[in-house]
Amino acid sequence: MTKFTRKLNGMRRRPMALGIVLFAGLLAVGTGYSAVNAAVSPKSQTQHSAEEIALGKKLFLSNCASCHGKNAEGTANAPSLIGVGEASVDFQVSTGRMPGAASGPQLEVKPVQFTEEQISALAAYVGSISEGPAIPDQSILQPSGDLNTGGELFRTNCAMCHNAAGAGGALTQGKYAPNLMGSSAKTIYEAMVTGPQNMPVFNDENITPQEKNDIITYLSYLQTNRSVGGEELGNLGPVTEGLLAWLGLLGLIVAITVWLGAKSN
Amino acid sequence: MSEDSKDLAKVSDTRYSEHEYELGLRVTHEDAVVDPGLEPHRVRMTDKSVKHENTAVRQVTALFVLSILGSAFALYAYFAFPIELGNMASVRSNTLFLGLGITLGLLGIGIGAVHWAKTLMPDNEVTEDRHLTRGSDEKRAAAVEIISLASQESGFSRRKLIRRTLYGALAFFPLPGLFLFGDLGPNVSEKLRHTTWKKGTKLARDPSQRAIKAADVTIGSVFHVIPEDLSPDDPEYLEKKSKAAVLLVRVDPSELIETEERKGWSYQGIVAYSKICTHVGCPVALYEQHTHHLLCPCHQSTFDLVDGCKVIFGPATRALPQLPITVDKDGYLVAQSDFLEPVGPSFWDRSVK
Amino acid sequence: MSTAPTKKNGFLTGTANYVDERVGVAGILKEFGRKIFPDHWSFMLGEVALYSFLVLLLSGTFLTFFFDPSMAPTVYEGSYAPLKGAHMSVAYSSSLDISFEIRGGLLMRQVHHWSALLFVAAAGLHMLRVFFTGAFRKPRELNWVVGFVLFVLGMAAGFTGYSLPDDLLSGNGLRIIDGMIKGIPYIGTSISSGLFGGEFPGTNIVGRLYSLHIMLVPAFILVFLALHLFMLVIHKHTHYSGPGRKDTNVVGYPLMPVYVAKAGGFFFIVFGVIMLISTFFTINPIWNYGGYDPSPVSAGTQPDWYIGWLDGALRLAPTGIEFMIGDYTVSTNILLPLVISLVFLAAVAIYPFIENWVTGDKREHHVLDRPRNAPTRTAIGAAGVTFYAVLWAGASTDLIATNFKMSLNQVLVSMQISLIVLPFVAFFVTKRLCLALQRKDREIAIHGRESGRIVRLPHGEYIEVHEPLDPHDLYKLVDFKDYKPTLARPNAQGKITVGIRVRAAMSKFYFEDRISPATQTEIDEAAHHNHEIEAEVKKAIEG
Repeated sequence: MTKFTRKLNGMRRRPMALGIVLFAGLLAVGTGYSAVNAAVSPKSQTQHSAEEIALGKKLFLSNCASCHGKNAEGTANAPSLIGVGEASVDFQVSTGRMPGAASGPQLEVKPVQFTEEQISALAAYVGSISEGPAIPDQSILQPSGDLNTGGELFRTNCAMCHNAAGAGGALTQGKYAPNLMGSSAKTIYEAMVTGPQNMPVFNDENITPQEKNDIITYLSYLQTNRSVGGEELGNLGPVTEGLLAWLGLLGLIVAITVWLGAKSN
Repeated sequence: MSEDSKDLAKVSDTRYSEHEYELGLRVTHEDAVVDPGLEPHRVRMTDKSVKHENTAVRQVTALFVLSILGSAFALYAYFAFPIELGNMASVRSNTLFLGLGITLGLLGIGIGAVHWAKTLMPDNEVTEDRHLTRGSDEKRAAAVEIISLASQESGFSRRKLIRRTLYGALAFFPLPGLFLFGDLGPNVSEKLRHTTWKKGTKLARDPSQRAIKAADVTIGSVFHVIPEDLSPDDPEYLEKKSKAAVLLVRVDPSELIETEERKGWSYQGIVAYSKICTHVGCPVALYEQHTHHLLCPCHQSTFDLVDGCKVIFGPATRALPQLPITVDKDGYLVAQSDFLEPVGPSFWDRSVK
Repeated sequence: MSTAPTKKNGFLTGTANYVDERVGVAGILKEFGRKIFPDHWSFMLGEVALYSFLVLLLSGTFLTFFFDPSMAPTVYEGSYAPLKGAHMSVAYSSSLDISFEIRGGLLMRQVHHWSALLFVAAAGLHMLRVFFTGAFRKPRELNWVVGFVLFVLGMAAGFTGYSLPDDLLSGNGLRIIDGMIKGIPYIGTSISSGLFGGEFPGTNIVGRLYSLHIMLVPAFILVFLALHLFMLVIHKHTHYSGPGRKDTNVVGYPLMPVYVAKAGGFFFIVFGVIMLISTFFTINPIWNYGGYDPSPVSAGTQPDWYIGWLDGALRLAPTGIEFMIGDYTVSTNILLPLVISLVFLAAVAIYPFIENWVTGDKREHHVLDRPRNAPTRTAIGAAGVTFYAVLWAGASTDLIATNFKMSLNQVLVSMQISLIVLPFVAFFVTKRLCLALQRKDREIAIHGRESGRIVRLPHGEYIEVHEPLDPHDLYKLVDFKDYKPTLARPNAQGKITVGIRVRAAMSKFYFEDRISPATQTEIDEAAHHNHEIEAEVKKAIEG
């Protein structure tokens, strides 16, 4: 090898070296962060191909980096994505919350902007930058858990924000916990494990994967079984019942009294 | 106006002219418009035309028949749509068809009867005179007479001693009745000051009772906590839980504002606060991860977790009591002692030592 | 001697004879059989309440055969899968059994709860009708108080009732009540201990509420209902003003057969409509809430609608108003809503006596006012309704925020402001509306209705020809009572007491702005003027 080639090789290697150093630094930060924070999901991590990660990086740079930073380190507009894991990306992007729209108290569900393939690539890329909760495996998402445990856990950990029947509820300053009746098992699992926005994080030490499965089983039951009493009125409780009693029940009866008291033709 | 109905109506009473009531602030006008009397009766179609009358008869009959069919269907539904235990669809069918049948059975009679009255029964308005509510002067005089006779014969007004001691007896006799309710419940003022938390009690998940390690609690998590030894089989499970329920949260230690006194009550950013709202006792269960606010869903009292759970919005006044915690040698979170103040809603002598 | 109207039906004749010989029903039939009842739909609202109460008694009796009010702990092994294995009280478990295992059980539970909501709503609407038409005036002031007590008893019956299943939602309601009671100075903790048999929640409360709910409260309701109806019979029903209707008569239809058919049929209609709603709409799905536990809570925890105004009062209390006197805690944040609610209720109960005192009108009133003809009373009522409505809306701040995408905090603050401001606005706007409507009525009475025919007079003036009213329609517009304010004058002792001054001031408040009914003189003058114009028009056409 000539001296020139060696020098050239050295120059060729420098961008890669920069990448390696950067990667190592980020890895150190990410792992350090994870050590303090994330309880690692024991579920299998899907192996992603280099192509997928590259696609994800391209998508990330063109759609996410303007707010989240070129290296997902965060800016004034959006938080850092270091350590959020594939589950976060999958949750936010596949529900349409991300890309985030104009400012408001919280991210709204909007039409999904990416295909499943693209979402998977984005998730793979962010997951490759640092460790974080993985996308749950299908096996943990089947509604085959214990209904009673699921219901009990749901009422203790979730109902105060999402309502006992999953109809949603208010938080402060315009924020809210959404209705869960249209959410998939995967979305629910990911939300629990990543704690999007002001939702707390329910890591696997707090609610184990099996317990999460129980909760999903319970919610799936609610989603598929309509009330045996008839129309549910949004499951919002005595307020909607009272409205129907005044407007529907009493209203109908008053209409009948007007007919009753009127003279016949 | 039909004459026979007038015969059976009340005969006009002239007592109205006996009494000149005060008009007070009322203004009467001499030239007020004179009452033209009842409007002329408008004849209904069913009175004028036999065809309409027969239609109405058919309609009423049809409604009553519908009612019979409805009730019969309800009877049928009771047996044809039984409840298969565990089959929710069968519960719905039973409710639906039974309800439909009974509804028809009832509405048929109701609408039929009203339609009958409106279309076929006489609709001539009838007038009846009122008489004053008060008794006539003779009746009043008689009443006064009877009462004074009763008073005389009993000696009620004359015999002061008998009368007064009677009042006394009547005033006293209900008192034992009131006091009979004295054992409704033992006074709880003392019990409200303590919970089952004590030094060394492990913090455990609600309701599984699994103990919690400090390492499990990551930043942004919230754990719903009960004392490890609180089991659903405990006969006082709910009473103990209604004071001992706790929220466990980890925040970045640099964000915690701690008073000198309470510096040792947290562990590396992990804090534990009573879950029972200081307003009227609902569980303050909503935790907003980024704002560090605790929100009570009942009346929206809001507490700032990083600032001693002070009230920042809503009708509560007092901050949530903090449970002093630390870790034991195995890394499990334990209480250092009971709460240092009574938990839950305020009561009168709460702060009296 | 009883002579039946028809000899054909021997059985009927025989029975009537048998009963009359033993009970003397003939006299009752004579007295009441052709009693006259005025006919107007707004008079049926009280009936709606009465009939819903009957439905409550019927459905409630069914439920008592299956409900077990014990708070003993049990483990659910029934047919609702999501709760199999759950710890709960026997009361909650029996409620689940009624819903899922007994034929018609869920239907009866829903009938019972929907008719409870209807009972209080109809009673409330009925009270509003009585208020805005002035039906509470002499001789009915006492009946107003009886009705008020019935309304409060209805709230009590509802509250004790929905707390019986011991579910999470109603259990949190009891927790709130306990918190409020504990906040009462000095005696609070004693009352709380007495009510719950010790510490909250204890094992007594459901059983005690059960006794109240199925025995004591219904007994009181029945007694007050009897009083209410007894006075209605004695006073006879009021009627709206109109031709032929005076304070000294009652115009309507006889009890038999018209009212027996209409009112009797109406019972079946009310029952039927309740049954219809209960068949198709879920109410109080207790299976979603789980048995009561002091740790979980559902977003959107509200009481039934008729307790809503009290919950709203709690939510609207300003932050941090609890204070200490030495070592003692004065829970103003609870006492203030409590006191305001009691003052409001007291004001409602004594209103007839206040108005009576101000007007000094001691005659009996059996002709109703159109609300516009009593502008100040109507405006006061509107202000009261607005106050109640803001408190009521205050109980659903979180649902309003979520459903209309608003900030919870902003919704609450707006309601706090509205509570103070809106009643005054409502008073002002309503009073002006009533006076305007009265002026319009007066205009129509004197000048007739605009006919739409425009006529140009010879000297160039355009006028619209008015058609005079039919005398019956005219009478409806002018037959209302007119009051004027009084000045403070010395009494018999020559003194002007505080009472006299207050009364004069209040009479000014009530009657200073007043529109008098059009008199015959004014109508004649206008008609004369009209004739002159008509004559001129005729002359112009012919000439």
